[in-house]
Amino acid sequence: MIRIGVPSKGRLMEKTFDWFGQRGLKMTRTGNEREYAGAVEGADNVSLVLLSAGEIPRELAAGRIDLGVTGTDLVRDKLANWETKVSEVAPLGFGHADLVIAIPACWIDVETLDDLDAAASAFRRAHGHRLRIATKYHRLVRDFLASHGVADYQLTDSQGATEGTVKNQTAEAIADITSSGETLRANHLKILSDGLILQSQATLYRATLSQGPEIDALIKRIGF
Amino acid sequence: MLTRLAIRAEAERAFAAFRATGAAEVEADLLLPAGTLLDLYGEDIRAQAYVTHDPDRGEMMLRPDFTVPVVQAHMLHGADPARYCYMGEVFRQEDEAPQTLQVGYEIFDRSAPQEADAEVFALFRDALQGLPVTPVTGDIGILMAAVKGLETTERRKSALLRHIWRPARFRALLDRFSGRAPVAPARAALLQHLASGTASDLIAAAGPLIGLRDEAEIAARAEALLEDAATPPIPAIAAAMLYDLLQLQAPARAALSHLQAIAPHLPAIAPAVATFAQRLDALDRRGVATEALPFEASLGRASMEYYDGFVFSFRHGTQTIATGGRYDALTEVLGRGASIPAVGGILRPHLMAELRGPK
Repeated sequence: MIRIGVPSKGRLMEKTFDWFGQRGLKMTRTGNEREYAGAVEGADNVSLVLLSAGEIPRELAAGRIDLGVTGTDLVRDKLANWETKVSEVAPLGFGHADLVIAIPACWIDVETLDDLDAAASAFRRAHGHRLRIATKYHRLVRDFLASHGVADYQLTDSQGATEGTVKNQTAEAIADITSSGETLRANHLKILSDGLILQSQATLYRATLSQGPEIDALIKRIGF
Repeated sequence: MLTRLAIRAEAERAFAAFRATGAAEVEADLLLPAGTLLDLYGEDIRAQAYVTHDPDRGEMMLRPDFTVPVVQAHMLHGADPARYCYMGEVFRQEDEAPQTLQVGYEIFDRSAPQEADAEVFALFRDALQGLPVTPVTGDIGILMAAVKGLETTERRKSALLRHIWRPARFRALLDRFSGRAPVAPARAALLQHLASGTASDLIAAAGPLIGLRDEAEIAARAEALLEDAATPPIPAIAAAMLYDLLQLQAPARAALSHLQAIAPHLPAIAPAVATFAQRLDALDRRGVATEALPFEASLGRASMEYYDGFVFSFRHGTQTIATGGRYDALTEVLGRGASIPAVGGILRPHLMAELRGPK
């Protein structure tokens, strides 16, 4: 049995169903509308596993699902050495989002990472603690800032409403995903001109632990 | 097959030698509060250390090194001067072996720093006797003195000093301050914008003031940027000498002659060069062949380091079997105002045992 992990809710689920539907695999929710159960028509031995998008990288890495749809951002943040644990089968062309570093628009003196680093140094001296950057993408943000030599910052965890943390004074800057930038602007934030960490989109992944002719055949059948 | 027992025996042998100098034995906690280490090394340490969580105490870290707990213990209730030795496990994600034994030695002494440098180096040389290792030495104090002596603003000097352990960033700053790198378009646009009005008007036009960083802080840096843009570049000759210094690799005595020759042009490094000379004499007296001793001016410039004077390593190929150096500034950071000159190092017994080979 081939297990395909798909986000369990909302537009990401619907668009994933559409994408597979166009390639001859009809996916549907089954049972009560609140029940997380689904079925796949058009192929034998394929079962649908509905999961939170954030848990799909982990399940792929463990080989508990063979294929899975989730964002590139989540795979790269949640899996150390992700290339060894999963491989990209196909980008799905939706769920586009950029992971960016944003700062208050009123910081007229900060435009680049270089400015952020200098501002962080002065901030630490003035306030006695490191400049806080709110994010849920700890690994990606840390690696990005380390590779650009930014110091005197700290990451504070924010699992939601991250754009509001600056106004609430629980962070000085944020690193979050954005598609149109509207939420950032509404919260009086601007993106650093060199602050693009990753361009993410929904992607079909294959677990490295899942090998075999059955999976090869299925991937070939959907056109890859 | 390298057993834990063989590694342990290697560690015990080195530790006994360290203890025989009369150094006090130190025990440090395996589980350390993460805050101090994060404040010292920055978030980068999360990529290397094992962080865990206590519902009451918050984030805790499995001991990534001994220096911090040993310095803290000394600053709380240490004798002055003092010599310490220790042996125990450290934990690092990125090493091939995530859990390894370390044996270390530290000297806290105000009287004769160059003697202490030589004493530590000779002690490590002796502990590694019979193993195929090559020493290499350096001196971050010379680099720092050269930066402090540049004819430029204090702000530029402190920016360079702050990044002395991040070579790529340091290089980018030096390129900019010396006019070797063109002004980046984003910076040029920013400067143009800042020059177009008063800071408070520009801030008001940019959006509401949100967050902890207040208007005065923003305005102060805006002003600093404009000031810096009007500052002449670091003179080409001084910059060239600094670039040259960063590259310097030579046997220690030849390096000293070279530095003595450039000191008249960079007078600020003269005291640091004199210190270097005294250290070489002290090493000579301990039987180190300083004529041949390798010296690399940029040794020890790596992130998550804190050395600010003498540095040394003993290597086998690409492996670092032992490493150490002077960290006077660290004692000030951890000492809450108090400070004491300090020098020390660690041995890696699992690599020593590997070099020793199967018996």
